Amino acid sequence: MIAELGHFALTLGFAVALFQVVVPLVGAGRGWSDWMRAAVPAALMQFLLTGFAFAALMHAFVTSDFSVRIVAENSNSQMPMLYRFTATWGNHEGSMLLWVLILTIYGAMVAGFGGNLPLGLKARALSVQAMIGSAFFAFILFTSNPFERLIPAPLDGNDLNPLLQDIGLVIHPPFLYLGYVGLSMAFSFAVAALIEGRVDAAWARWVRPWTLGAWVALTIGIALGSYWAYYELGWGGWWFWDPVENASFMPWLVAGALLHSAIVVEKRNALKTWTILLAILAFSLSLIGTFIVRSGVITSVHAFANDPERGVFILAILGVAIIGSLSLYAWRAPGMRSEGRFQPISREGGLMLNNLALAVAAAVVFIGTLAPLVREFFDGAKISVGAPFFELAFTPFLVIVFIAMPLGSLMPWKRGDLGRVMARLWWAAAAALGLGGAIWGWQTGHALLAPVGLALATWLILGVFVEIGTRIGLPGVSLVTALGRFARLPRADWGKFLAHGGMGLTVMGIAAVTAWQVEDIRLARPGDVIPVGGYEIRFDGVVEGQGPNYVYERGRFTVSQGGELVGVMEPEKRFYPVQGTPTTEAAIDSGLVRDLYLVLGDKQQGGDAWAVRTYLKPLAAWIWLGALVMALGGLVSLTDRRYRVGAVARRAPVPVAAE
Amino acid sequence: MMRAILLVLALLVAAPAGAVQPDEILADQGLEARARELSKELRCLVCRNESIDDSNAELARDLRLLVRERLTAGDSDAEVLGYLVDRYGEFVLLKPKFSAANAVLWFAGPISFLLGLGVIAAYLRTRRPQAAANEAPLSEAERKRLEDILGG
Repeated sequence: MIAELGHFALTLGFAVALFQVVVPLVGAGRGWSDWMRAAVPAALMQFLLTGFAFAALMHAFVTSDFSVRIVAENSNSQMPMLYRFTATWGNHEGSMLLWVLILTIYGAMVAGFGGNLPLGLKARALSVQAMIGSAFFAFILFTSNPFERLIPAPLDGNDLNPLLQDIGLVIHPPFLYLGYVGLSMAFSFAVAALIEGRVDAAWARWVRPWTLGAWVALTIGIALGSYWAYYELGWGGWWFWDPVENASFMPWLVAGALLHSAIVVEKRNALKTWTILLAILAFSLSLIGTFIVRSGVITSVHAFANDPERGVFILAILGVAIIGSLSLYAWRAPGMRSEGRFQPISREGGLMLNNLALAVAAAVVFIGTLAPLVREFFDGAKISVGAPFFELAFTPFLVIVFIAMPLGSLMPWKRGDLGRVMARLWWAAAAALGLGGAIWGWQTGHALLAPVGLALATWLILGVFVEIGTRIGLPGVSLVTALGRFARLPRADWGKFLAHGGMGLTVMGIAAVTAWQVEDIRLARPGDVIPVGGYEIRFDGVVEGQGPNYVYERGRFTVSQGGELVGVMEPEKRFYPVQGTPTTEAAIDSGLVRDLYLVLGDKQQGGDAWAVRTYLKPLAAWIWLGALVMALGGLVSLTDRRYRVGAVARRAPVPVAAE
Repeated sequence: MMRAILLVLALLVAAPAGAVQPDEILADQGLEARARELSKELRCLVCRNESIDDSNAELARDLRLLVRERLTAGDSDAEVLGYLVDRYGEFVLLKPKFSAANAVLWFAGPISFLLGLGVIAAYLRTRRPQAAANEAPLSEAERKRLEDILGG
């Protein structure tokens, strides 16, 4: 019964969305304010109805109602409560419902908090949001109904994919969706601005917080996914250039570009049409990401839903959204005027370089991800595009971004002087080059990765300190004055320091772990001692046992260093009988300096030895620590008073042309 | 009893632990290091975009052993890759060849970056402060007229 109510609420939500597409848009076109205002209750209603539908589905999972098909397919009465909750979105139908739920949350936020938005812009943006919403409501109702019943109902469910029974993967999809769908706000505002034919500083101020929020969520989502891969997949890899990872990475890169170009629109009234284009592209890439994941068109580790009919439906949504918005763009964008003037060497110039390099980097990922599909379609050739390609073709563009970052950050607006900026940064550059050179000389193999990566990371981090020093007048003022100034800096500046510094931390982690990882693979018998990177790891033995819905073999290892006990590590091998799937639970002793990573492999056939893998991963934790610092920077920036609700006002009332 | 059966089942299915097995490792450390580097560039053909270095599939193991066999027989890295491409096609390479058919894949990035720099340079010529000398903000009347024309 509750499931049927959920289904009904979802259908009503679809109807409300259709209403919200038409009425506010017509109202805005005709200047009928009550029609425009209708967008607000409609957006709130959509959210309530979708929220109810989602709660109904969650109810079915929590109460293990196996007469609902997706509950039977993805849950099990033995499964721990937490995973029964989260199994709601650990499947195709439920995750699409979550997607729409988040979309309606964003819509309701604009409706609820957007009091200061000009009525026309708000009505149009909410109408565009509802267009996206209706497409996905239709997708769910017609191809992926989560409330479908099974008659007769099975006695027990099929269990959730064990790889998804993990706290990391529980929160990974909601964050990714918050990011993907958050970019729909930027998209809706961009399309609304195109319809209005006007982009100004107030518009940029409205779009930036949404983009920033979406970017923060994407950063966290991607970092979580990467950390999950690190500890769950069993060999400590953290990025595989898998199509599904790329699908989340492309919008992240473009959203990063959009964040920066919106600054130029806000502060300097330039780059308007480019910013609009980026907003369209960022969300288009989110849609493409959804398509890649949901259609299984590019099979990858993540494709737990392969269905051509659904693929075609999403492709249709994708086509209409992208072709429609780009046509509108081609029609209206040339009429937009940017007024800000500047020299090539300036803050604006630096931000343009950042935008170009990030956009090209995203394009490389895009082409690499789709190349196998395109080649097979056009000349039947089967090729593979994997990590070695991306490392070679993608990385140079990020290197450009990193080199330019501290320079651009210190440039004044309008007209800068490279010499003057370098006069402040020279010691950071010297330290970075010195460190890179020392590593180059010290290491035996002459790989470029460690020296270049660590030099860049040093450059980024020291660059942030130089910038802070410059902003607060150091050296040259007393420490007390400087600290006072530091405390009074706008939150947006703190956010920038954190985000840029976090990038440096991540780069440092990536370079160190890739270049200096130590690996040991061996057959070990209980009692054996494995020496790895200065640690002695004694294999004590293996015990068997039973978890809530799995059985396990758990190894016990005592780690010591120079006779001092460091700790006990217990890697596991699990087996989930309902799905017949084994998983590996690595034991990780994580630290700021290094991660010790232990994996228990298979038992030697007919022997008493076990395959044991031990890795020493220097600075591994910095990869995700840096990502968290970046996300924190975004959050701090979001609290800047300029973005606080109510602080947003149009610069000057611009008369609206009569129609 | 049940648990014993489950454990037997568990042993029948290989756990997705890291790929290279202890018995595959070559005694010669130099050769082994080369084998590992090569393995990272070779696709496990039955897997989804995984290298044979990462994959625990049976076929990946066969390929890893084959790579080590060729290296022990004295092949150069390029010869090993060539040998595998002859047998399995270009599909086996995770880094596609520099070839005419892959030109877009390899050169789209650098070329679009250069084009982008060109576009920016052209754009900046119109954005220079000097060029702004005769630029006055639109008067209210002009702005209104412009919006009328644009249908804003």
